[in-house]
Amino acid sequence: MNSHHDHHAGPPPAPYWNPYTAGIGLGLVLLLAFVVMGRGLGASGAFSSLVATGVSCVAPTHAEQNAFYKEYLGDGKMNPLKDWLVFEVIGVILGGFISGLLAGRIRGKVEKGPRISIKGRLFYAFIGGTIMGFAAKLARGCTSGQALTGGALLSVGSWAFMLCVFAGAYATAYFVRRQWI
Amino acid sequence: MNAPFFKFGAFNEEISLVIAVLIGVGFGFFLERAGFGNGRKLAAQFYGYDLTVFKVMFSAIVTAMLGLFYLSWIGYVDLSLVYVSPTYLVPQILGGLLLGVGFAIGGYCPGTSCVSAATGRYDGFVYLIGIVFGIFVFGEMFSIMESLYSATPMGSITLPQLFGVSYGMIVMLVVFMAVGGFIFAAWAEKKFAHLRPEEQ
Repeated sequence: MNSHHDHHAGPPPAPYWNPYTAGIGLGLVLLLAFVVMGRGLGASGAFSSLVATGVSCVAPTHAEQNAFYKEYLGDGKMNPLKDWLVFEVIGVILGGFISGLLAGRIRGKVEKGPRISIKGRLFYAFIGGTIMGFAAKLARGCTSGQALTGGALLSVGSWAFMLCVFAGAYATAYFVRRQWI
Repeated sequence: MNAPFFKFGAFNEEISLVIAVLIGVGFGFFLERAGFGNGRKLAAQFYGYDLTVFKVMFSAIVTAMLGLFYLSWIGYVDLSLVYVSPTYLVPQILGGLLLGVGFAIGGYCPGTSCVSAATGRYDGFVYLIGIVFGIFVFGEMFSIMESLYSATPMGSITLPQLFGVSYGMIVMLVVFMAVGGFIFAAWAEKKFAHLRPEEQ
């Protein structure tokens, strides 16, 4: 019995929530951000602050001369990591962990389809992440800041962005299908 | 008008950072509940047998959009004080296409990879390292990317402004579109059910 899970400790993970329940919850969090802060959610901006801070630590003059890093470093009077999005992303990590813990879903594993090796999947994860990081900066935001937040605020650029994300992903899916299905 | 509270000086910067963590906890919690810590479930969107990404995203957009619309209609929220990031059409179209490519290859976006890594997924953690590296590459290439990055600025423009129709009209169209999409999603999931892989 239970051969499905015998390599894990503890009970099987709880099923995910109904997508519409989770979506409405997510929407209420976004609405709360609008009402309390007058701004929406984000994610990639926090990593830009992290990168800019890292570059500035290793090569301060180099970072100082770069307009992109400068945008995140500010005038130097305040720690660039003391930023709203950086704190919000710390919350995202905490919130994800709490939810995973309550549902018994904390597992040291690699998510992948049955036809790819773990090494292969991690290679793709790195490549995909690199493309994502680059693209999120070009588009001035990612799925959180542009698609979700800008989408709810009816921003023109965010809607164009969102449609293009789906277009780009559907156009690519066929070529990486061995990784997932 | 009482809201946005922060814009009306209800609390200071320090408190706003505490609120940032709390809002982030809510964000991360619901992402994980939806199954978005799992790259395979996210990528399933692009093979048609599990459209959870679309369902969650559009039910969230519709909820926040309708909530904000009604709160502004009754005069509780000053909509003009809610920050709408400026549109740069061409870089956002190109960035969107490229980001979609990264999503299909890697299985996550920045927010979901945080949740994935937080729940122990190694692929989510490696993806996060990729994001940091990708941003670094963009930063180092900024001098040649700058003209594209700042191309076609349109300011903070919304769909109602672009089409010259009322805010409520666009809100209603988005709701209709989302409901149509939800009905389509149920149909598509049945049609592509054969692509669903065996559980590992």
